[in-house]
Amino acid sequence: MGWYQAHILTIVTFLPLAGALALVAAPKGKPKLIMQAATWIALLDFLLSVPLFFWYDAGRGGFQFLERASWIPSIGVQYYVGIDGISLLLLLLTTFLGVIAILSSWSAITERVKEYYVFMLVLQTGMLGVFISLDFFLFYVFWEAMLVPMYFLIGIWGGPRKLYAAIKFFLYTLLGSVLMLLGILAIYFYYPKASGGPPTFDITEFIRVLGPLTDPEWLEMQKWVFLAFFVGFAIKVPMFPFHTWLPDAHVEAPTAGSVILAGVLLKMGTYGFVRFSLPLLPRATIHYLPWMLALCVVGILYGALVAMVQKDWKKLVAYSSVSHLGFCMLGVFALNQAGLKGGILQMVNHGLSTGALFLLVGLIYERRHTRMISEFGGLSKQMPVYATLFMIITMSSIGLPLLNGFIGEFTILVGAFTIPPVYGFLLPGLGFLGGKFWAVCAVFGIVLGAAYMLWLYQRTMFGKLDNPENAKLKDLNLREVMTLAPIVACCFWIGIYPQPFFSVLEKPVADLAQRLEAAEGGADLARGAALPRARGADVAAAPAVAAQAVAAPAAGGASAP
Amino acid sequence: MLGLLWAIPLLPFLGFLLNGILGPRLLPRRAVGILASVAVLLSFLVSLGAIAAIADPVALAAAAGGSLTTDAGHHRAVQTLWTWMPIGTSAQGTVLRVDWAYALDPLSAVMLLVVTGVGFLIHVYSIGYMAHEPRPAYARFFAYLNLFMAMMLTLVLGASLPVVFVGWEGVGLCSYLLIGFYYDRVFDETTGMTCADAGRKAFITNRIGDMGFMLGMLLLFATAGTLDIQGILAQAGTLGTGVCTAAALLLFVGACGKSAQIPLYVWLPDAMAGPTPVSALIHAATMVTAGVYVVCRMAPLYQHAPAALLTVAVVGGATAVFAALIGLCQNDIKKVLAYSTVSQLGYMMLGAGCGGFEAGVFHLMTHAFFKALLFLGAGSVIHAMSGEQDIRKMGGLDRYIPWTHGTFVVAWLAISGIFPLSGFFSKDEILAWAFRKSILLWGLGAGGAFLTAFYMSRLYFLVFHGRARFDKETRHHVHESPRTMIVPLVVLAALAFAGGVLGVPEALGARNVLGEYLAPVFEAAPAAGTAAPAHLAAGLELGLMAVSFAIAVFGIFLGWVFYAQRPEIPATFAENVGGLYRLVAGKFYVDEIYDRVILAPYYALCRAASWFDRYVVDGAVNAAGYVTLGTSYTSVGFDTYVVDGLVNLTGYTVRGASWVFRKFQTGVVQSYATAVVLGIFILVSVYLLTQGH
Repeated sequence: MGWYQAHILTIVTFLPLAGALALVAAPKGKPKLIMQAATWIALLDFLLSVPLFFWYDAGRGGFQFLERASWIPSIGVQYYVGIDGISLLLLLLTTFLGVIAILSSWSAITERVKEYYVFMLVLQTGMLGVFISLDFFLFYVFWEAMLVPMYFLIGIWGGPRKLYAAIKFFLYTLLGSVLMLLGILAIYFYYPKASGGPPTFDITEFIRVLGPLTDPEWLEMQKWVFLAFFVGFAIKVPMFPFHTWLPDAHVEAPTAGSVILAGVLLKMGTYGFVRFSLPLLPRATIHYLPWMLALCVVGILYGALVAMVQKDWKKLVAYSSVSHLGFCMLGVFALNQAGLKGGILQMVNHGLSTGALFLLVGLIYERRHTRMISEFGGLSKQMPVYATLFMIITMSSIGLPLLNGFIGEFTILVGAFTIPPVYGFLLPGLGFLGGKFWAVCAVFGIVLGAAYMLWLYQRTMFGKLDNPENAKLKDLNLREVMTLAPIVACCFWIGIYPQPFFSVLEKPVADLAQRLEAAEGGADLARGAALPRARGADVAAAPAVAAQAVAAPAAGGASAP
Repeated sequence: MLGLLWAIPLLPFLGFLLNGILGPRLLPRRAVGILASVAVLLSFLVSLGAIAAIADPVALAAAAGGSLTTDAGHHRAVQTLWTWMPIGTSAQGTVLRVDWAYALDPLSAVMLLVVTGVGFLIHVYSIGYMAHEPRPAYARFFAYLNLFMAMMLTLVLGASLPVVFVGWEGVGLCSYLLIGFYYDRVFDETTGMTCADAGRKAFITNRIGDMGFMLGMLLLFATAGTLDIQGILAQAGTLGTGVCTAAALLLFVGACGKSAQIPLYVWLPDAMAGPTPVSALIHAATMVTAGVYVVCRMAPLYQHAPAALLTVAVVGGATAVFAALIGLCQNDIKKVLAYSTVSQLGYMMLGAGCGGFEAGVFHLMTHAFFKALLFLGAGSVIHAMSGEQDIRKMGGLDRYIPWTHGTFVVAWLAISGIFPLSGFFSKDEILAWAFRKSILLWGLGAGGAFLTAFYMSRLYFLVFHGRARFDKETRHHVHESPRTMIVPLVVLAALAFAGGVLGVPEALGARNVLGEYLAPVFEAAPAAGTAAPAHLAAGLELGLMAVSFAIAVFGIFLGWVFYAQRPEIPATFAENVGGLYRLVAGKFYVDEIYDRVILAPYYALCRAASWFDRYVVDGAVNAAGYVTLGTSYTSVGFDTYVVDGLVNLTGYTVRGASWVFRKFQTGVVQSYATAVVLGIFILVSVYLLTQGH
């Protein structure tokens, strides 16, 4: 057990790859065997990853299950892996959705079965690697490596416009990653100057040394590195206006591809912001904060508006992703404990509920070979089990309390609402509102979310069953229910008793929030010389002013408890 | 029994699970109805036990311990079950946390009894009313109804705003599902609105209100550092008027959605698309009163926000009159009752807004009795008429369905405010509070009272009196409802008749039992700056009572004249003021205005955003792609003709050169030997020549 505990991350990460290699050797003519083998491998991987949840010491915090080995010593590259509460949740989400994605492919994939499952398993290793890497070089390798299997999954098993979508996905993300690489190199070359130590790609070391550094040259450089990272991560998230690859990729990808894409791949972008931009570039983060917040909120509202008028079921869900990811990012850029916790939890929630939505679309597509919403109606008569599960997931997606979405949204909103006015603001004269303005916009997004989801539900599930094609539809079989049931169970779990999730996030998030606060305390990078005078007073009176301001601007900063 | 507080919402929830999972296929029809009703009955019994336990301060203080904390002075018990959302520490060091906790105090006690009591009766009634449904639908109906009970009880018992919000949204979901219960049917022939549309309209309109609720919670969380209701109320005095006003108004926006106040009332009339027991339970007796409940629950906050309180009163009063006006011209029996509900909810808000929170709760209770009775009676009428809902096609039904008729009379007189029925006392108490606040608000209330008496009499006389306006075929089928439907009617009639004894005003020489019972809730926080106006003199109060009684009688009299004695008057009247009549009958065209002003621009915006996304945002991406592609073609050209040309040129040069050099490589040994010798000769000569120096 001790040996296993010491190498758990490596085992969990590379087991799918080993499985994929084994599958390559398997005979081609036995698709059933291959499918079952792939499912077992994924399930085993998930089961092997579960102990992490219990072994992770939430009280201690920090990175745990560390493994370190030299890789390319000449340039300081190491195989250095470890997880904290943040990566723990995303890692578990990945192994969890991996099983479900593979299980959901059994009947959908009938051609080139072996290659498909090999790519799925390779993809799994790539994604897991991203979440466990503590070495920037290693991280980049996984980040790029994961693109390839995804490219093939879309390009080979996708829909009619699969090539366009696959190439768009690949090139767009590649563009982002190349800029990110530039950022990484900039940090890599700057680090020895700042620390006097040998060159390294060690992320924990970067954060320790460069995070709090206030050297003017570094502060200037932070801004550029932030922008480079921003492009890389924002494309991946995707944030408005870098999101247009997503609907195409989702619509053309096979169901399991969409599930993984929405469930895990998008989280790499948000994870990148949390893991790198915030702790490593805190000053630049604060500098660009108003713009980031604005982009988040625009994403929330814009995604919801565009989703409303989509005719393609899957495209609607894809745009809802843009809106939901806006929520995640809003939480992250609230830069306080509530926002960060909510944002990270919402990543998991979005993975579950949107993953399930894509599964649901896929189930219908397998039966009818169309996704046009107008083709459907009255399905709840014909498929009551399907309709029930779809209703639960819809409610999870629109943030009904008792389900996971609400916990995430509410926590994010608490975070956004309490962004102090000192963090710059785009609209002149409204600065006193601080985060309240963004919170109000985001709350509006919740209403729009309910509007498009309920309309989708009504057009497909309710009404008369008047299309004869739909009268032949069969309700879900046991395997299909098994793909959805675990997700539904998790939705309720997080909705009713989210404490285990909150508690693993407690320490890492508190640490991150503290770093950002420290950065805010001493920096003037963000607002030039005009504001420092006011800031001292603002910080102290922030809650009072914030409270008074929204209610009675005239009352000003009257003293409050 | 206090330890079992958690079981009150859980019992119906278990009923929901059992009926929802096993009901459609496995359980016999009888078992479904009984299971659902028993679950609610058990909840009612546990509630009774728990309420008895908070009555005695000494025993209550002794009961504390474990998950239970008590406040004997205020008759309050709180059961904390688990930490729900440990959100974290704010930048100022406040620990933000939300617990899953239930609180029982006199206010939630009243609500509990109303919800479980009326809820149980309606469950029993539904067994008969829904008997014609196929079994899966029957099971689904009872499952939803039980889920609704669980959520409503969570709402009532929630000790913190987010837990209240769980119930708040949960009942909204059930309302959505039950309004759209006949999801394949068209509800409104003229507009083509389906039942599913009506459900969605309800949900979305409520969500708009919920924005306010949500923002109110956020503001309170950010300022008070807690969302525990008692924690907030304890700080109400120190938060400042600005925060209190903002929070109170935001919460009131939520209340406007749930309790169907202007401008968010539009969903409730369309909610009548649901089965009639649903209209009685959710859209009359319980869920729609949740907004009033929240305002009363947060009473100390409102008392520190006079502007917000006044807003509540004005909106309530305006809604009371406005909805009653629309109710005058409706011809669908359920729509009349729906507008009446909106109007009566306005009444409750008016009472609460004038500071008479206990009057609001009192009316909430009596309204639950008589309005549930009216709806169930209407259901019995519809049942008898084989589904007909148009009151113009009824008439003279008193002979055919005597039990329904008798109980309907009680409800009609109660809602009209006839002494000594329950409605008289609760309405009178609200009017007294309004009078203390302002004569204008009293005027709104009195006007609403008159209109109520009038349109209810119109309804009553058109349905039960005069000649039967239905065809022979229908007459043949008209029948009294089964006993499961009649018994709940009779029980509710008794409550609607006598419920007023709980709140007999002191001016009549009795004790206001309900007012005294609720007093600990509303006196909990001292009302700073908004000290309750002094009690009215007994004489004045009696005078007001007489006036409101006279108004009710006059309304009924007019109704009798118009619709029983001289049925030609309304027609002539409508003709003479055609424009006004159409305006009122058209419900002031509020739905149409919302369509034009909000929905149409919204859809246009969505389409514009979609266009923008496709052609501008994605257009830019594709353009970048094409530019890259174009560049590559250009470079291919450059490559082929310039770069590769150079390469080729080199090649040609090399080839030319090699042609020359090839001449040297003849393969003839003699020429190689010649060259070697020649070379040696040259090298040696050079060496010798340079050595010479």
